[in-house]
Amino acid sequence: MKNTVLLGALTVAGLAAGAAGAATLDDVKARGTLNCGVSTGLTGFSAPDANGVWQGFDVAVCRAVAAAVLGDPMAVNFVPTTGQTRFTALASGEIDILARNTTWTFSRDVDLKFEFTGVNYYDGQGFMVPKALGVSSAKELDGATVCIQTGTTTELNLADFFRVNNISYEPVPIETNAEAQQQYLASACDVYTTDASGLAATRASFEAPSDHIILPEIISKEPLGPLVRHGDSEWGDVVRWSFNALVAAEEYGVTSANIEELASSPGDNPEINRLLGTEGELGAMLGLDADFAKKAIMANGNYGEIFEKTIGEKTPIGLSRGLNAQWTEGGLMYSPPFR
Amino acid sequence: MTTMTDPPGQGFRLSQLIYDTRYRSLTIQMVAMILLMLTFSWLVVNTITNLHALGKDFDFGFLTQPSGYDINQRLVEYDSQSTHGRAALVGILNTLLVAFLGCALATVLGVTAGVLRLSNNWLVSRLMAVYVEGFRNVPLLLWIVLIFALMTEGTPAPSAFRGETPSSSMLFDAVAITNRGVYIPAIHFAAPLFENNFYNWLLVLIVLAVSIFVVKRIAHWASVRQEATGDRPTTWYLTLAILVLPIALLLVLMGAFLDLPSLQGFNFGGGVHLRGSLIALWLALSLYTGAFIAEIVRGGILAISAGQSEAAYALGLRPGTTMKLVVLPQALRVIIPPLISQFLNLTKNSSLAIAVGYMDARSTLGGITINQTGRELEGMLLLGLFYLVLSLAISGVMNVYNNSVKLKER
Amino acid sequence: MSDTHAQTVAYVRESMTEQREPPLSETGVYKWIHGNMLSTPLNVFLTLVSLWVIWTVLSHVLPWAVFGIWDAASLTECRAIRDELYGADGSVACWAVISERWQQLLFGFYPPEGYWRPVLAFVLFLAAIAPILFSSLPRKLLWLTLAAPFVMFWLIWGGTIWGPICIALGFVLGWAAIHYSGPRIGTLAAVILAIVLPLIYWLVIAGPLAQALSTVLPIGLNPVASREMGGFMLALIIGISGIVLSLPLGIVLALGRQSDLFLINKVSVIFIEVIRGVPLIVWLFTASLLLNYFLPPGTNFDLMLRVIIMVTLFSSAYIAEVVRGGLAALAKGQYEAADALGLDYWKSMRLVVLPQALKISIPGIVNTFIGLFKDTTLVVFIGLLDPIGLSNTIRASTDWNGIYWELFVFIGLCFFIFCFSMGRYSLFLEKTLRREHR
Repeated sequence: MKNTVLLGALTVAGLAAGAAGAATLDDVKARGTLNCGVSTGLTGFSAPDANGVWQGFDVAVCRAVAAAVLGDPMAVNFVPTTGQTRFTALASGEIDILARNTTWTFSRDVDLKFEFTGVNYYDGQGFMVPKALGVSSAKELDGATVCIQTGTTTELNLADFFRVNNISYEPVPIETNAEAQQQYLASACDVYTTDASGLAATRASFEAPSDHIILPEIISKEPLGPLVRHGDSEWGDVVRWSFNALVAAEEYGVTSANIEELASSPGDNPEINRLLGTEGELGAMLGLDADFAKKAIMANGNYGEIFEKTIGEKTPIGLSRGLNAQWTEGGLMYSPPFR
Repeated sequence: MTTMTDPPGQGFRLSQLIYDTRYRSLTIQMVAMILLMLTFSWLVVNTITNLHALGKDFDFGFLTQPSGYDINQRLVEYDSQSTHGRAALVGILNTLLVAFLGCALATVLGVTAGVLRLSNNWLVSRLMAVYVEGFRNVPLLLWIVLIFALMTEGTPAPSAFRGETPSSSMLFDAVAITNRGVYIPAIHFAAPLFENNFYNWLLVLIVLAVSIFVVKRIAHWASVRQEATGDRPTTWYLTLAILVLPIALLLVLMGAFLDLPSLQGFNFGGGVHLRGSLIALWLALSLYTGAFIAEIVRGGILAISAGQSEAAYALGLRPGTTMKLVVLPQALRVIIPPLISQFLNLTKNSSLAIAVGYMDARSTLGGITINQTGRELEGMLLLGLFYLVLSLAISGVMNVYNNSVKLKER
Repeated sequence: MSDTHAQTVAYVRESMTEQREPPLSETGVYKWIHGNMLSTPLNVFLTLVSLWVIWTVLSHVLPWAVFGIWDAASLTECRAIRDELYGADGSVACWAVISERWQQLLFGFYPPEGYWRPVLAFVLFLAAIAPILFSSLPRKLLWLTLAAPFVMFWLIWGGTIWGPICIALGFVLGWAAIHYSGPRIGTLAAVILAIVLPLIYWLVIAGPLAQALSTVLPIGLNPVASREMGGFMLALIIGISGIVLSLPLGIVLALGRQSDLFLINKVSVIFIEVIRGVPLIVWLFTASLLLNYFLPPGTNFDLMLRVIIMVTLFSSAYIAEVVRGGLAALAKGQYEAADALGLDYWKSMRLVVLPQALKISIPGIVNTFIGLFKDTTLVVFIGLLDPIGLSNTIRASTDWNGIYWELFVFIGLCFFIFCFSMGRYSLFLEKTLRREHR
């Protein structure tokens, strides 16, 4: 008799989540919200605050896309995904975009049929050890116990690294970062390995961060970026250029402070004008408003501002820009021209 | 309603399919069958279309490809160049190991707690009640995580054993309890009879089994003699010799020696390493299931009427003997069936290994392998099949045992 | 003693001696302690061991918990306060995380101004099951029970009130079909009609009707998406809807398993054994990874609903076994009496067997519910934010990175209180039933 709840929920769900058609952009516009897959909790990248509002570096990408498409950075449904469920969630159309510090690899791009729309953080796998261990290079870790997070590329890189260097190790697979942190602090493992950004974030939360060092070896390339389903290039373009707008904005000095001024009184830099939609028809080509990039930038500021606010040196996480600086400053952040 | 059968000779009418009891059950089954087939084909067609749309296929070939990841606890040879199939096997063996250990410990804990809960010692019975209720009413997952954390925080790190004045020391210089697990001495053979170590151990087991069998026969013979003559022949030296001599001889022959764990590099080396994840999972599963078993045991004992123990006391049996000879055998009949389902639960719950990073079947086959190859459908199918076969096997074996202790009803 | 003894033979006592206090060893605390704890050497040993265990646990936990810090904005602040009060190596709890985030642990991200809705729905649920659980209450209250699921659904998910009403109408339609057409066109046809008619209604008419009604008379609550629900609320929603929805299927399966019809019997047995033979976590992964494969291309509904579907199927197998136990426990005479009255299968089940069998099964069903409620914690592995999942996300915020025990203790306590009281209730019910049967 009480099947109703089910049926009722079915109808509601039917209304809420439309079919995963080919035209994601239209779906998102019709729905009025963007479904964005994020991590269930990764310090600095995505975590809800006390009011339940999601914050973080990956979250900011979702907000920028939502602002560009829908004009409202808050019109995002955040879908927490685990390392195991993230790809299925994207493939099945449950989410429109996955921004979950996901490494861009050949097989994910080609075999799993996804499309990476850029790299929002250039990372690499590193090692953290207690200073007391007296280790200065990862190659001295023969026989060490290593904590790793499962369900990621980390364990594959690790296996390769130790095999190539012909040294032995004992892997301790851990489900979440928080548990790994606890294991490491109690020295149930000698080494903690994950993406260098994660290591820095973890180290920052220790009672005595200076007792731990991050070893110089970075054993892998981990370009982390947002991704969408294969086969919907229009949507991929929207995500790609919304993100590029953030990078370009930093390059041209467009910040959340001066963007209104730059948009209302167009200057003589045509690149900025095209970016902010005061010149040219770039937005229309994407099927968006002319000022889509302006809205995206206004959501959280430009790439540099987002970085500073969420994971930068002034935050407890304290990451330096490093590879993620603008190309003009020796980094890899390089937006193709807006024209 | 339709118990009257139609008079014979009348021709078959279509309505008989519904109203005639002779045909009705057939009709219902046919309809059910058709509906079932339709549902199934609907599911299969959907799956095929969806797979096609995603550009995937249904193929178990991934099992023969190199896995690329390492597993810490492996009961058979395995490295990151082995296949996904091999990784699944390692995981399956790990599941079986923790399930077996868990069932054994849970039974011990459960029976102890169940009996103690009926103890006339107020403090003890209260304490057991707290244990039982505490574990039964909090999710297992929480207990696994808590016990794992407790072990990590509560036991010393290997570095505590190091240095001039170590803050921890090994028990009897042979066992080291650390937060990476427990290191115990291992037995190795200097002159093994077989290449494959497995056969050496099999040989040891066989010798032990034969010794025990012979000892049992001797005890039986002694009992027969006692009943016939009233004297029980002294057999303890014979028993001892038969138990000890052959196995000792074999061990000496194979040059068995103890390999004690010792600090080497970052960790302890040598000996057998029981990993923290295994111990935490094992303890949590046993304590949790033990609480349920305690209730079953208590219920079973209470189900035996007080008259039974009173009768036994009247016969002059001591409380311990009463428990052993009168109460427990009867209680066992009540206890066994729910005990089986607890064993099944424990086995299935071992899939929570994921919470402590124990590499069981779900973590290897159903976890990393699926994640690296993107073969959810095939992986989950295999995993489900494994658990199903395991569950059926356990309940099958236990049912056979149950039938043997069951009250033979006329 | 007294002189009354003087005239009689010396060995006969004629008067009562004065009553004396029982010896010290036979009264009061001493006797109780001696009798209950120290009667034999083994008992002494056990008592000592127990005392040691209690002391070890309490001496570690009590100071930690009692001196905990309740007022801080982050773990670092907590540590600073601790250093000030107890020195750097003092070990005290930082309960501040609970006082800041307890609402999230209970409700997830449900909009705070709407907290009254799930609370009211829960109260309604308690009121709705009361007539089932306590047979002394008036039977009229069962109408409330029938209406409750719709109201609860509306309260929690919000949206227009006409949606649930229009769906409820379908059931009324089905009931009407049986009730009014039954006598005219025969039971079987009426049953088929009662299934087909509502289905057509739901698929074709219900949606537009609800929309039309809501435009005419817009009554509704602010809709809340299921992904905003989390914490204990999520655990309760999954647990309760899982059990309630699985009841009908479970009863059908139990009857199927008892059936003489070969095919029906085998299908029921296979379904039950397959579901019970595979761990819930595998089913949950199936729900999150595979269910989309099995449904027509393009269908896609949210994860919580998929989980509820899977949990419903899962618990229906367990409910089936519980109900089967109830059916088996029923005296054979009841079946025979029903047959003797000339009732057909469905009538005898509906009027005689099931009401009694289900009543016997209620404690078992409550126990299944407790198990299911505890098992809802497994949804953390597929990314739903149940209490344990939320504890992970809370830890991921920079403020609370590195906090463990406080969250786990809080979650554990909540679960304990809920499950323990449910378990007591089921015990009480069992006792009442046993008394009635005597």
